[in-house]
Amino acid sequence: MSILIDKNTKILTQGMTGKTGSFHTNQALDYFGTQMVGGIHPKKGGTNWTSDKGQELPIFASVAEGKEKTGADASVIYVPPAGCGAAIIEAIEAEIPLIVCITEGVPVLDMVDVKAKLDKSSSRLIGPNCPGLMTPEQCKIGIMPGSIFKKGSVGVVSRSGTLTYEAVYQTSVEGLGQTSAVGIGGDPVKGTEFIDVLEMFLADDETESIIMIGEIGGSAEEEAAQFLKDEAKKGRKKPMVGFIAGRTAPPGRTMGHAGAIVSGGKGGAEDKIAAMEEAGITVSPSPARLGVTMTEVLKG
Amino acid sequence: MNIHEHQAKAVLKEFGAPVADGVAVFSADEAAAAADKLPGPLWVVKSQIHAGGRGKGKFKEADAGEKGGVRLAFSKEEVISNVGQMLGKTLVTHQTGPAGKQVNRIYIEDGADIKTELYLSLLVDRASGQPAFVASTEGGMDIEEVAESTPEKIITLPIDPTAGVTDADANKLCDALGLEGTAREDGIALSKILYKAFIEKDMDMLEINPLIVMENERLRVLDAKVSFDGNALFRHPDIMELRDKTEEDEKEIEASEWDLAYIALEGTIGCMVNGAGLAMATMDIIKLYGEEPANFCDVGGGANAEKVAAAFKIIMKDPAVKGILVNIFGGIMKCDVIAEGVLQAVKETNLAVPLVVRLEGTNVEKGKEIIANSGLNVIPANDLDDAAQKIVAAVKGA
Repeated sequence: MSILIDKNTKILTQGMTGKTGSFHTNQALDYFGTQMVGGIHPKKGGTNWTSDKGQELPIFASVAEGKEKTGADASVIYVPPAGCGAAIIEAIEAEIPLIVCITEGVPVLDMVDVKAKLDKSSSRLIGPNCPGLMTPEQCKIGIMPGSIFKKGSVGVVSRSGTLTYEAVYQTSVEGLGQTSAVGIGGDPVKGTEFIDVLEMFLADDETESIIMIGEIGGSAEEEAAQFLKDEAKKGRKKPMVGFIAGRTAPPGRTMGHAGAIVSGGKGGAEDKIAAMEEAGITVSPSPARLGVTMTEVLKG
Repeated sequence: MNIHEHQAKAVLKEFGAPVADGVAVFSADEAAAAADKLPGPLWVVKSQIHAGGRGKGKFKEADAGEKGGVRLAFSKEEVISNVGQMLGKTLVTHQTGPAGKQVNRIYIEDGADIKTELYLSLLVDRASGQPAFVASTEGGMDIEEVAESTPEKIITLPIDPTAGVTDADANKLCDALGLEGTAREDGIALSKILYKAFIEKDMDMLEINPLIVMENERLRVLDAKVSFDGNALFRHPDIMELRDKTEEDEKEIEASEWDLAYIALEGTIGCMVNGAGLAMATMDIIKLYGEEPANFCDVGGGANAEKVAAAFKIIMKDPAVKGILVNIFGGIMKCDVIAEGVLQAVKETNLAVPLVVRLEGTNVEKGKEIIANSGLNVIPANDLDDAAQKIVAAVKGA
């Protein structure tokens, strides 16, 4: 099994006609035939988009229309930051079950509005400012490079995009492979947190182990550690390897991600590492040894 | 984006917040006219820099006097002499680092009689995804110290963004601040004013420390620190005009013009990485192998050859850089594009320090080929571990 997406997932692209949306829709189609079923553009409804290999996909004027005509159960968003909040809200109102927002630089208060609507809906949002998610050899939503994936047994969840790639690449090199990989994004206000994904990986039979990559700022890693401790008491536990980025980051400076900042003595790497270790996660001090460490942990 | 205290107060005043009258001056000969515009008998002469702890700070230069960066003046002559002493001098506070910051402007404000000092701020609470007030009766102190020593004296109140600040919210805040009578009426009004300003101007943080109750039982915003969400500045041209580039690192300004996230640090290894998390992790692994990063630099997802070259040149401007590590894991970015940008920059800057390049992801083979066939002195690395070890060894051997 995998989590959230598989070969049956049908995906709409919001922002498909732009350069980024177009490029990644092509990449997704090329990845084991991921079912991209159409795009959304308010002014180009009724026209067609043509892939590099000549495949035609319909463009719809609204997400609601796209969902009705294609039966899509997911949407991926490449809309520029200024209109991104509205694009997510449109997908929520169209009751798309899984919304994945790749866009970086969405104003925080726009996400506050999105979150208020999301909490009252049945949709799940991943992101914004995330690389998306993948289930190897089945489905690719977002911008992760398909070539580094290998079908296997490790579940990967990460706040950082490119560090997700590191974990995926290293577990592929080790021969372990992945069930699914989810980049939850680096923004302070987002749709899906570690706990949500960890719950799914714990429940998934094929996921035999989990890599969790956090970074400085906020307290999501500590909350995830507490969740894992509580679940372990109920007998739900899988081998885990972790990493926290930003050990060397100076306090008070935002490190690229709007979420990565140590402030008020909170959100520091050492506290997070301590909480994760206490929850039974083997935390690698090196981002280059995630795969090797997992192999060692599995050997026991 | 940060702004100065006097600018923050002007923004809050537009929304109706109670702030004192004041005048900002940029040169010593403006001081007399500024003092004349205020009634006295007490003036507060405040250094304007983008850092906290100004009152307890100390000037580097002896002729700036022994006192801190915020001074009381009981006559116009004292206003003028204090402005003369502080302007152009370097103020060191616990937030500026040992280098301190030059005081290029001074705010002269009408003095107030303080009965009580309180703390009030607004930010976006990550846990709830909602704006939240933070309030404490322990005003005028470093709130981080209060959080450390007496956390029970700090309350956090999330606000439902669909309803805004309700009367019940405002009353809870006033209870937390211990406000009664006239001060309570002011507090109820102020909580709604601050929330409106926070939302309408896309603030990242709004901190009033202290918020004071004066002898006449009225509230006043005595100090104000405001920063804005950089991602929302496109809809606030008025706020963008408040940017003071003299407060920022020259390299960081240039980086922001290229839409690069660059932060100058103290070490010797320059880093150029795609993605914030990987950039931080690259800094971490350099440290793990016994060296220090000279910078954080995230070239982002959509970089082209020109942007990569620009990043390279900015990194090279730091004289402390003894080696450079380029670490790119291409998702959106294509490795061949990065490779071309790197080579272009190496040629243009006549690079004289060791350079290690690690490429992975989309079009990786093409990228490696470009580097290998360049004939330039670039050390290729197979993975992150290899890259970190190679650059540390190269810098130590230099």
